[in-house]
Amino acid sequence: MYLDLFITFFKIGLFTIGGGYAMIPLIQQEVVAHGWLTLLELTDFIAVAESTPGPFAVNIATFVGMEMGGLPGALVTTAAVVLPSFIIILFIAKAFTNFQQNKWVQGALYGMRPVVIGLIASAVVLLMSTGFIGEGVKIHSVGDFFASLQYLEIIIFIIGSFVYFRFKLHPIKLILISAGLGMLFFGVLPMFY
Amino acid sequence: MESTTSQKEKLLTVFITFFKIGLFTFGGGYAMIPLIEYETVERHHWIESKDILDIFAIAEATPGVIAINTATFVGYRVAGFWGSLMATLGVVIPSFTIISLIALFFEEFQSLEWVGYAFKGVRAGVIVLILGAVVKMGKKGEYTPLTVLILILAFGLASFTDINVIYLLLGGAVTGLFYQLWLNRKISNGKKTGEDK
Repeated sequence: MYLDLFITFFKIGLFTIGGGYAMIPLIQQEVVAHGWLTLLELTDFIAVAESTPGPFAVNIATFVGMEMGGLPGALVTTAAVVLPSFIIILFIAKAFTNFQQNKWVQGALYGMRPVVIGLIASAVVLLMSTGFIGEGVKIHSVGDFFASLQYLEIIIFIIGSFVYFRFKLHPIKLILISAGLGMLFFGVLPMFY
Repeated sequence: MESTTSQKEKLLTVFITFFKIGLFTFGGGYAMIPLIEYETVERHHWIESKDILDIFAIAEATPGVIAINTATFVGYRVAGFWGSLMATLGVVIPSFTIISLIALFFEEFQSLEWVGYAFKGVRAGVIVLILGAVVKMGKKGEYTPLTVLILILAFGLASFTDINVIYLLLGGAVTGLFYQLWLNRKISNGKKTGEDK
Protein backbone atom coordinates (compact mmCIF):
# COMPACT_ATOMS: atom_id res chain seq x y z
CA MET A 1 0.00 0.00 0.00
CA TYR A 2 2.83 2.41 0.84
CA LEU A 3 4.34 1.75 -2.58
CA ASP A 4 0.99 2.46 -4.23
CA LEU A 5 0.65 5.69 -2.23
CA PHE A 6 4.19 6.71 -3.16
CA ILE A 7 3.77 6.04 -6.89
CA THR A 8 0.40 7.80 -7.07
CA PHE A 9 1.58 10.96 -5.35
CA PHE A 10 4.86 10.97 -7.24
CA LYS A 11 2.74 10.96 -10.41
CA ILE A 12 0.58 13.79 -9.10
CA GLY A 13 3.69 15.80 -8.25
CA LEU A 14 5.22 15.14 -11.65
CA PHE A 15 2.20 15.86 -13.82
CA THR A 16 1.14 18.99 -12.02
CA ILE A 17 1.99 21.60 -14.62
CA GLY A 18 0.85 25.16 -14.36
CA GLY A 19 -0.16 24.59 -10.77
CA GLY A 20 -3.05 25.98 -8.81
CA TYR A 21 -6.39 24.37 -9.35
CA ALA A 22 -5.38 22.89 -12.70
CA MET A 23 -4.39 19.71 -10.90
CA ILE A 24 -7.56 19.12 -8.90
CA PRO A 25 -9.09 16.93 -11.65
CA LEU A 26 -5.95 14.75 -11.67
CA ILE A 27 -5.94 14.44 -7.88
CA GLN A 28 -9.65 13.69 -7.88
CA GLN A 29 -9.25 10.97 -10.50
CA GLU A 30 -6.38 9.23 -8.68
CA VAL A 31 -7.58 9.56 -5.09
CA VAL A 32 -11.19 8.65 -5.78
CA ALA A 33 -10.34 5.81 -8.17
CA HIS A 34 -8.12 4.23 -5.51
CA GLY A 35 -10.98 4.53 -3.03
CA TRP A 36 -8.81 6.56 -0.66
CA LEU A 37 -11.36 9.36 -0.35
CA THR A 38 -14.93 9.73 -1.56
CA LEU A 39 -15.76 12.67 -3.80
CA LEU A 40 -17.61 14.31 -0.91
CA GLU A 41 -14.65 13.93 1.46
CA LEU A 42 -12.38 15.41 -1.19
CA THR A 43 -14.69 18.41 -1.69
CA ASP A 44 -14.81 18.97 2.08
CA PHE A 45 -11.05 18.78 2.24
CA ILE A 46 -10.58 21.30 -0.59
CA ALA A 47 -12.65 23.74 1.49
CA VAL A 48 -10.46 23.05 4.54
CA ALA A 49 -7.25 23.37 2.52
CA GLU A 50 -8.29 26.87 1.53
CA SER A 51 -8.07 27.90 5.15
CA THR A 52 -4.83 26.14 6.00
CA PRO A 53 -1.41 27.37 4.95
CA GLY A 54 0.86 25.75 2.43
CA PRO A 55 0.71 24.42 -1.12
CA PHE A 56 -2.51 22.54 -1.91
CA ALA A 57 -0.71 19.53 -3.42
CA VAL A 58 1.28 19.05 -0.21
CA ASN A 59 -1.84 19.49 1.93
CA ILE A 60 -3.86 16.87 0.06
CA ALA A 61 -0.89 14.46 -0.01
CA THR A 62 -0.37 14.74 3.75
CA PHE A 63 -4.11 14.37 4.40
CA VAL A 64 -4.57 11.23 2.29
CA GLY A 65 -1.37 9.72 3.72
CA MET A 66 -2.56 10.36 7.28
CA GLU A 67 -6.01 8.87 6.59
CA MET A 68 -4.56 5.77 4.93
CA GLY A 69 -1.45 5.00 6.94
CA GLY A 70 -1.05 7.41 9.83
CA LEU A 71 2.17 9.35 10.24
CA PRO A 72 4.32 6.93 8.16
CA GLY A 73 1.74 7.13 5.38
CA ALA A 74 1.79 10.93 5.52
CA LEU A 75 5.59 10.99 5.32
CA VAL A 76 5.52 8.71 2.26
CA THR A 77 2.88 10.70 0.36
CA THR A 78 4.38 14.10 1.20
CA ALA A 79 7.88 13.04 0.17
CA ALA A 80 6.43 11.54 -3.02
CA VAL A 81 4.62 14.71 -4.07
CA VAL A 82 7.65 16.92 -3.34
CA LEU A 83 10.40 14.80 -4.93
CA PRO A 84 9.66 15.37 -8.65
CA SER A 85 9.76 19.16 -8.17
CA PHE A 86 12.88 18.98 -6.07
CA ILE A 87 14.83 16.79 -8.48
CA ILE A 88 13.80 18.56 -11.69
CA ILE A 89 14.38 22.06 -10.32
CA LEU A 90 17.77 21.06 -8.91
CA PHE A 91 18.93 20.25 -12.44
CA ILE A 92 17.30 23.33 -13.94
CA ALA A 93 18.70 25.66 -11.27
CA LYS A 94 22.18 24.30 -11.94
CA ALA A 95 21.82 24.66 -15.71
CA PHE A 96 20.20 28.10 -15.43
CA THR A 97 23.17 29.46 -13.49
CA ASN A 98 25.36 28.48 -16.46
CA PHE A 99 23.02 29.44 -19.29
CA GLN A 100 21.32 32.50 -17.84
CA GLN A 101 23.19 34.87 -20.14
CA ASN A 102 22.64 32.73 -23.24
CA LYS A 103 20.76 34.84 -25.76
CA TRP A 104 18.18 32.11 -26.50
CA VAL A 105 17.44 31.65 -22.81
CA GLN A 106 17.14 35.43 -22.52
CA GLY A 107 14.93 35.45 -25.61
CA ALA A 108 12.51 32.91 -24.13
CA LEU A 109 12.46 34.76 -20.80
CA TYR A 110 11.80 38.03 -22.62
CA GLY A 111 8.49 36.55 -23.72
CA MET A 112 7.74 34.76 -20.43
CA ARG A 113 8.23 37.69 -18.02
CA PRO A 114 5.15 39.62 -19.22
CA VAL A 115 3.13 36.37 -19.06
CA VAL A 116 4.03 35.97 -15.38
CA ILE A 117 2.99 39.55 -14.61
CA GLY A 118 -0.27 38.99 -16.52
CA LEU A 119 -0.90 35.74 -14.61
CA ILE A 120 -0.37 37.36 -11.22
CA ALA A 121 -2.69 40.20 -12.23
CA SER A 122 -5.33 37.70 -13.33
CA ALA A 123 -5.05 35.98 -9.93
CA VAL A 124 -6.18 39.29 -8.38
CA VAL A 125 -9.21 39.44 -10.68
CA LEU A 126 -10.17 35.80 -10.08
CA LEU A 127 -9.81 36.10 -6.30
CA MET A 128 -11.87 39.31 -6.33
CA SER A 129 -14.63 37.75 -8.39
CA THR A 130 -14.90 34.73 -6.08
CA GLY A 131 -14.31 36.70 -2.86
CA PHE A 132 -16.37 39.83 -3.41
CA ILE A 133 -19.40 38.46 -5.25
CA GLY A 134 -21.76 36.10 -3.42
CA GLU A 135 -21.60 32.43 -4.36
CA GLY A 136 -24.21 30.98 -6.70
CA VAL A 137 -25.92 34.32 -7.29
CA LYS A 138 -27.40 34.86 -10.75
CA ILE A 139 -26.80 38.42 -11.84
CA HIS A 140 -29.40 39.83 -14.27
CA SER A 141 -29.21 43.52 -13.49
CA VAL A 142 -27.04 46.18 -11.92
CA GLY A 143 -29.25 45.91 -8.82
CA ASP A 144 -28.53 42.15 -8.52
CA PHE A 145 -24.84 42.91 -8.79
CA PHE A 146 -24.83 45.39 -5.93
CA ALA A 147 -27.06 43.13 -3.84
CA SER A 148 -24.65 40.22 -4.28
CA LEU A 149 -21.55 42.15 -3.24
CA GLN A 150 -19.86 40.96 -0.05
CA TYR A 151 -19.42 44.38 1.53
CA LEU A 152 -17.57 43.23 4.64
CA GLU A 153 -14.90 41.46 2.54
CA ILE A 154 -14.58 44.56 0.37
CA ILE A 155 -14.15 46.76 3.46
CA ILE A 156 -11.41 44.45 4.77
CA PHE A 157 -9.74 44.64 1.36
CA ILE A 158 -9.86 48.46 1.40
CA ILE A 159 -8.55 48.76 4.98
CA GLY A 160 -5.87 46.16 4.18
CA SER A 161 -4.79 47.98 1.01
CA PHE A 162 -4.58 51.26 2.89
CA VAL A 163 -2.38 50.01 5.75
CA TYR A 164 -0.28 47.74 3.52
CA PHE A 165 0.60 50.33 0.89
CA ARG A 166 0.65 53.36 3.18
CA PHE A 167 2.84 51.84 5.91
CA LYS A 168 4.72 49.29 3.78
CA LEU A 169 3.79 46.48 6.19
CA HIS A 170 5.46 43.09 6.23
CA PRO A 171 3.14 40.68 4.35
CA ILE A 172 2.78 38.48 7.45
CA LYS A 173 1.56 41.45 9.50
CA LEU A 174 -1.09 42.15 6.88
CA ILE A 175 -2.27 38.52 7.06
CA LEU A 176 -2.56 38.72 10.85
CA ILE A 177 -4.41 42.06 10.65
CA SER A 178 -6.87 40.74 8.08
CA ALA A 179 -7.48 37.62 10.21
CA GLY A 180 -8.27 39.94 13.13
CA LEU A 181 -10.61 42.04 10.98
CA GLY A 182 -12.34 38.85 9.78
CA MET A 183 -13.05 37.78 13.38
CA LEU A 184 -14.20 41.30 14.25
CA PHE A 185 -16.54 41.73 11.26
CA PHE A 186 -17.94 38.21 11.00
CA GLY A 187 -17.78 37.12 14.65
CA VAL A 188 -17.97 40.11 17.00
CA LEU A 189 -20.14 42.58 15.02
CA PRO A 190 -23.09 40.18 14.42
CA MET A 191 -23.43 39.89 18.22
CA PHE A 192 -24.58 43.54 18.32
CA TYR A 193 -27.20 43.60 15.61
CA MET B 1 36.21 27.57 10.08
CA GLU B 2 34.53 30.92 9.88
CA SER B 3 33.09 30.18 6.47
CA THR B 4 31.51 26.91 7.66
CA THR B 5 29.85 28.74 10.54
CA SER B 6 28.48 31.40 8.24
CA GLN B 7 27.34 28.70 5.79
CA LYS B 8 25.50 26.97 8.65
CA GLU B 9 23.95 30.23 9.73
CA LYS B 10 22.90 30.93 6.17
CA LEU B 11 21.26 27.50 5.87
CA LEU B 12 19.42 28.07 9.14
CA THR B 13 18.23 31.48 7.92
CA VAL B 14 17.06 29.90 4.64
CA PHE B 15 15.15 27.25 6.61
CA ILE B 16 13.50 29.76 8.96
CA THR B 17 12.62 32.10 6.08
CA PHE B 18 10.90 29.38 4.07
CA PHE B 19 9.23 27.98 7.18
CA LYS B 20 7.64 31.41 7.63
CA ILE B 21 6.69 31.51 3.96
CA GLY B 22 5.10 28.05 4.23
CA LEU B 23 3.25 28.98 7.41
CA PHE B 24 1.73 32.20 6.09
CA THR B 25 0.84 31.24 2.53
CA PHE B 26 -2.89 30.83 2.20
CA GLY B 27 -4.68 30.19 -1.05
CA GLY B 28 -2.16 28.63 -3.37
CA GLY B 29 0.95 29.44 -5.36
CA TYR B 30 0.24 33.07 -6.23
CA ALA B 31 -0.21 34.01 -2.59
CA MET B 32 3.37 32.89 -2.01
CA ILE B 33 4.86 35.27 -4.57
CA PRO B 34 4.62 38.48 -2.48
CA LEU B 35 6.11 36.75 0.58
CA ILE B 36 9.01 35.21 -1.36
CA GLU B 37 9.69 38.52 -3.10
CA TYR B 38 9.71 40.41 0.20
CA GLU B 39 11.91 37.94 2.09
CA THR B 40 14.46 37.05 -0.60
CA VAL B 41 14.80 40.33 -2.50
CA GLU B 42 13.97 43.17 -0.12
CA ARG B 43 14.90 41.71 3.23
CA HIS B 44 17.81 39.31 2.73
CA HIS B 45 19.05 40.54 -0.67
CA TRP B 46 19.68 36.94 -1.72
CA ILE B 47 18.18 37.44 -5.17
CA GLU B 48 18.43 40.51 -7.35
CA SER B 49 15.09 42.06 -8.16
CA LYS B 50 15.67 41.61 -11.91
CA ASP B 51 16.18 37.85 -11.43
CA ILE B 52 13.15 37.05 -9.27
CA LEU B 53 10.68 37.32 -12.17
CA ASP B 54 12.80 34.84 -14.18
CA ILE B 55 12.76 32.40 -11.25
CA PHE B 56 8.95 32.64 -10.99
CA ALA B 57 8.65 32.15 -14.76
CA ILE B 58 10.80 29.01 -14.74
CA ALA B 59 9.18 27.62 -11.57
CA GLU B 60 5.73 27.97 -13.13
CA ALA B 61 6.69 26.49 -16.47
CA THR B 62 8.37 23.43 -14.91
CA PRO B 63 6.41 20.31 -13.93
CA GLY B 64 5.79 19.99 -10.22
CA VAL B 65 4.23 21.90 -7.36
CA ILE B 66 4.96 25.59 -8.04
CA ALA B 67 5.60 26.45 -4.39
CA ILE B 68 8.15 23.63 -4.11
CA ASN B 69 9.70 24.55 -7.46
CA THR B 70 10.19 28.14 -6.32
CA ALA B 71 11.54 27.17 -2.90
CA THR B 72 14.01 24.69 -4.38
CA PHE B 73 15.16 27.19 -7.02
CA VAL B 74 15.62 30.10 -4.61
CA GLY B 75 17.30 27.83 -2.03
CA TYR B 76 19.74 26.62 -4.67
CA ARG B 77 20.52 30.18 -5.73
CA VAL B 78 21.24 31.17 -2.13
CA ALA B 79 23.26 28.20 -0.85
CA GLY B 80 23.53 25.40 -3.43
CA PHE B 81 22.15 21.90 -2.85
CA TRP B 82 21.82 22.22 0.94
CA GLY B 83 20.12 25.56 0.49
CA SER B 84 17.53 23.97 -1.80
CA LEU B 85 16.98 21.13 0.70
CA MET B 86 16.52 23.55 3.63
CA ALA B 87 14.16 25.79 1.64
CA THR B 88 12.03 22.83 0.54
CA LEU B 89 11.86 21.32 4.03
CA GLY B 90 11.08 24.74 5.46
CA VAL B 91 8.17 25.33 3.12
CA VAL B 92 6.72 21.80 3.57
CA ILE B 93 6.99 21.27 7.34
CA PRO B 94 4.33 23.82 8.43
CA SER B 95 1.63 22.40 6.16
CA PHE B 96 2.70 18.82 6.95
CA THR B 97 2.34 19.42 10.68
CA ILE B 98 -0.92 21.36 10.46
CA ILE B 99 -2.59 18.91 8.06
CA SER B 100 -1.50 15.91 10.13
CA LEU B 101 -3.21 17.46 13.14
CA ILE B 102 -6.30 18.36 11.11
CA ALA B 103 -6.55 14.81 9.75
CA LEU B 104 -6.77 13.58 13.34
CA PHE B 105 -9.46 16.10 14.28
CA PHE B 106 -11.13 16.71 10.92
CA GLU B 107 -14.73 16.97 12.11
CA GLU B 108 -13.82 19.26 15.00
CA PHE B 109 -11.77 21.51 12.73
CA GLN B 110 -14.61 21.95 10.28
CA SER B 111 -16.85 23.24 13.03
CA LEU B 112 -14.48 25.88 14.38
CA GLU B 113 -16.53 28.98 13.59
CA TRP B 114 -13.88 31.50 14.58
CA VAL B 115 -11.29 29.90 12.34
CA GLY B 116 -13.77 30.38 9.51
CA TYR B 117 -14.25 34.08 10.36
CA ALA B 118 -10.51 34.68 10.52
CA PHE B 119 -10.02 33.06 7.12
CA LYS B 120 -12.74 35.11 5.50
CA GLY B 121 -10.62 38.09 6.49
CA VAL B 122 -7.37 36.44 5.40
CA ARG B 123 -8.81 35.75 1.94
CA ALA B 124 -9.47 39.47 1.49
CA GLY B 125 -5.98 40.27 2.81
CA VAL B 126 -4.32 37.86 0.38
CA ILE B 127 -5.85 39.80 -2.53
CA VAL B 128 -4.11 42.93 -1.22
CA LEU B 129 -0.79 41.06 -1.07
CA ILE B 130 -1.05 39.74 -4.62
CA LEU B 131 -2.08 43.18 -5.87
CA GLY B 132 1.07 44.51 -4.20
CA ALA B 133 3.14 41.88 -6.03
CA VAL B 134 1.62 42.96 -9.37
CA VAL B 135 2.57 46.57 -8.63
CA LYS B 136 6.12 45.70 -7.57
CA MET B 137 6.84 43.32 -10.44
CA GLY B 138 5.04 45.56 -12.89
CA LYS B 139 7.36 48.44 -12.02
CA LYS B 140 10.38 46.31 -12.90
CA GLY B 141 8.97 45.10 -16.21
CA GLU B 142 10.53 46.01 -19.53
CA TYR B 143 7.82 47.60 -21.68
CA THR B 144 7.88 47.40 -25.44
CA PRO B 145 4.83 47.07 -27.70
CA LEU B 146 5.52 43.31 -27.88
CA THR B 147 5.78 42.71 -24.13
CA VAL B 148 2.73 44.87 -23.42
CA LEU B 149 0.74 42.85 -25.98
CA ILE B 150 1.89 39.57 -24.40
CA LEU B 151 1.01 40.86 -20.93
CA ILE B 152 -2.50 41.90 -21.98
CA LEU B 153 -3.13 38.63 -23.84
CA ALA B 154 -1.89 36.50 -20.91
CA PHE B 155 -3.97 38.52 -18.45
CA GLY B 156 -7.12 38.31 -20.58
CA LEU B 157 -6.83 34.60 -21.36
CA ALA B 158 -5.99 33.64 -17.77
CA SER B 159 -8.83 35.75 -16.36
CA PHE B 160 -11.63 34.90 -18.75
CA THR B 161 -10.90 31.39 -20.06
CA ASP B 162 -10.02 28.04 -18.45
CA ILE B 163 -6.78 27.70 -20.40
CA ASN B 164 -3.96 25.97 -18.50
CA VAL B 165 -1.33 28.59 -17.70
CA ILE B 166 1.41 26.34 -19.04
CA TYR B 167 0.24 27.12 -22.61
CA LEU B 168 0.45 30.83 -21.90
CA LEU B 169 4.01 30.47 -20.59
CA LEU B 170 5.01 28.30 -23.55
CA GLY B 171 3.39 30.80 -25.92
CA GLY B 172 5.38 33.60 -24.30
CA ALA B 173 8.62 31.59 -24.56
CA VAL B 174 8.06 30.76 -28.24
CA THR B 175 7.20 34.38 -29.05
CA GLY B 176 10.35 35.51 -27.24
CA LEU B 177 12.46 33.00 -29.19
CA PHE B 178 11.04 34.15 -32.56
CA TYR B 179 11.70 37.74 -31.56
CA GLN B 180 15.32 36.81 -30.77
CA LEU B 181 15.60 34.98 -34.12
CA TRP B 182 14.28 38.07 -35.89
CA LEU B 183 16.78 40.29 -34.04
CA ASN B 184 19.63 37.95 -35.11
CA ARG B 185 18.50 38.06 -38.74
CA LYS B 186 18.36 41.82 -38.63
CA ILE B 187 21.83 42.05 -37.16
CA SER B 188 23.37 39.61 -39.68
CA ASN B 189 21.56 41.32 -42.61
CA GLY B 190 22.83 44.63 -41.33
CA LYS B 191 26.37 43.21 -41.33
CA LYS B 192 25.98 41.90 -44.92
CA THR B 193 24.80 45.22 -46.29
CA GLY B 194 27.63 46.81 -44.39
CA GLU B 195 30.12 44.46 -46.13
CA ASP B 196 28.56 45.05 -49.57
CA LYS B 197 29.26 48.72 -49.27
